[in-house]
Amino acid sequence: MPPTPPPHDAVHSEEFLHALMRRQLKLSIACALAFLVVLLGLPLANYFAPELMATRIFGFTLTWLVLGVLFFPAVWAISWIFIRRSIWLEEDEVRQVNNERKGN
Amino acid sequence: MSTPLFIVATGGLLGGVDPWIFGFSFVTVVVTLWMGFRSAKTSRTASDFFVAGRSVSVGWNASAISGEYLSAASFMGVAGMVMSSGYDALWYPVCYACGYLFLLLFIAGPLRRFGAYTIPDFAEGRFDSPLFRKIAVCFVLFIGFFYTMPQMKGAGTTLAYIFQNITWSDGTHGLPYWVGVVLVGAVITLNVSLGGMKGITLVQAVQYWIKAFAISLPVFVLMSVYGFYGLHVGANQTGHAGIEPVAVAQSIERKPLVEKAPKDAYWVSPFGPLTTKAVNAAAAALPADQRAAYLAEHQRPYSLLYTYSLIIALVCGTAGLPHILVRFYTNPDGVAAKRTTMWVMILIGVFYVFPPIFGVIGRDLMPELYSGVGSKGTDKVVLELPTLLAAKYGVLGSILSGITCAGAFAAFMSTFSGLLVSMTGALAHDVYGRMLRPQSSPAERMIAFKVSAVVIGAVAITLGCFVEFLEINFMVGQAFAIAAASYFPLLFMSVWWRGMTMKGAATGMLTGGLCALCAAALTNFSTLALDKGPMGKVFAGFAPLNGFWAQHPLLRILAEQPAIWTVPLALALMVVVSKATAASVPGDIRMKMLVLHAPEKLGLKQEYIQEHQAGMGH
Repeated sequence: MPPTPPPHDAVHSEEFLHALMRRQLKLSIACALAFLVVLLGLPLANYFAPELMATRIFGFTLTWLVLGVLFFPAVWAISWIFIRRSIWLEEDEVRQVNNERKGN
Repeated sequence: MSTPLFIVATGGLLGGVDPWIFGFSFVTVVVTLWMGFRSAKTSRTASDFFVAGRSVSVGWNASAISGEYLSAASFMGVAGMVMSSGYDALWYPVCYACGYLFLLLFIAGPLRRFGAYTIPDFAEGRFDSPLFRKIAVCFVLFIGFFYTMPQMKGAGTTLAYIFQNITWSDGTHGLPYWVGVVLVGAVITLNVSLGGMKGITLVQAVQYWIKAFAISLPVFVLMSVYGFYGLHVGANQTGHAGIEPVAVAQSIERKPLVEKAPKDAYWVSPFGPLTTKAVNAAAAALPADQRAAYLAEHQRPYSLLYTYSLIIALVCGTAGLPHILVRFYTNPDGVAAKRTTMWVMILIGVFYVFPPIFGVIGRDLMPELYSGVGSKGTDKVVLELPTLLAAKYGVLGSILSGITCAGAFAAFMSTFSGLLVSMTGALAHDVYGRMLRPQSSPAERMIAFKVSAVVIGAVAITLGCFVEFLEINFMVGQAFAIAAASYFPLLFMSVWWRGMTMKGAATGMLTGGLCALCAAALTNFSTLALDKGPMGKVFAGFAPLNGFWAQHPLLRILAEQPAIWTVPLALALMVVVSKATAASVPGDIRMKMLVLHAPEKLGLKQEYIQEHQAGMGH
């Protein structure tokens, strides 16, 4: 365990918390938007372009193929990107704080 | 259960029950029990019981969460619902799997960092309010019981299926539905009270792999014999001019559909039987000449609304299921919690590709299931389909049937044990350990855990006996709707918004959750009132409601799938009430937010807990 930081540590400043939460929330929201576009867009596509969505591909209708099969890998890709970025963010924060502590 | 029943059961076993099916199911139950007993020896501390010592590795934990999550609804219900409702039912498996993304993006890491035992612990710690703990406990129990009912139905249905051919001394055939409920409920209750969380982690991890094997192997064999997934979907006409079934699809073996089965185009296209039920009922109540115009105007828009509401319920509900959330506390740290979630999504995503295939092939090869009701309907397509192979290939088919039955057993046993642990945790840790007797010793708390497990198991079994006529997947969907309107807004807002107060959180969660609960109860009661059996008499008072639904299909949709208005309502109330009571934001909110969001490596959590303990005196 690292030593307990003194109370005047930069970690306890308002700016640090703000920056911390904003960076992580921005990443989460970006990933969520990518997901929501697909998730909420598919019913709309079904509603406004039923002919297109009924196109046959390997016997499936296009919309069945997207929802029943292709959706899963797409979500894995989003979550993989999120995990990598978010772990990098955390490490970056630790690096920053440690640099500042050394500086004091 | 009386002794004569047992004797007759053993006598009946000799004839009528497939030895393979019985054998595989029996082995699954015995392995589950054996692992429970084994881990009972190593579960000693309270931490072992409640959060498995917080030391579960990513691989084990991901398997265990997946094992816990893939319930009877996933194993049997999804296939049955795809068979009965077609395309629209695909939203269930997809959202079950993808809801985890929301959990991963917004909740998993911070929740684990806070370092609580249960969700009510988090609720109290975040808002410094013992009152809020009580409210949170009530919701753990509410959602938990709602979610156990379909698991119990899965147990009853599967056992009734296995023993369908035995003959009793009075000449009747088959095993009553309630016997399965009682038997499986008792086994799991015993397991949980022996080993707690640590005991079931191992069991559930193994059960995931049993389920994945049991759902995929029969599908591969079925597809190699009867044709590829796509061809079976392709055998259905879409009804669009120029887009006829592919020529190859004609080679697919297809039995004529029974009268009750939905028509091809209706089944394979979006906005089918599931989402248009309310509008169709409303149209049926109109004079014949107005029906077509009414349907043309209302069917698709209402159906779109239903679809969106279902998506919101399932995606937000996944992120708010207490028995899943409690598992995140078993991770060593926040990064491990995120990694675990990622693996869970892969494991359950792979699983969820398969159940719809059963439904699609079942539509072509076993249309007679459309005529069945209750435990004899489409819900059992997963169990029935492999028997086709038994007729063709003899013993190989029987082995496959045995494997799917074992998978079904693993499904409702692992989910039920997970629910039991989270509800028992709420009762033993939050109610007994924190409210009734805060001074109790760890040994007393472990006894409390065991007693609570038995009490909750008994209540769940009793409830399970009443739900034979509700569709498994539908009940699960409603549990999700309640979780989506109560826990999801609570967790999301209290993790990301520091201005949240206890009053705001409680108002939003209670209003959202209770609205969803009432809406779900009204729909269920009016459905039960239609039943011809004893259930119909009990709920006969709700029969007039069906007339009302026919008059107002929009209200029926909003009651059946309430998430589209309850989730925004809960969120809005949280914001408004919190703003009004802004003075009561906890004083050390900045520190709390730091603990939730700062990486563990900064060592803030330890500091927070020391400070807190010094301040609070416990």
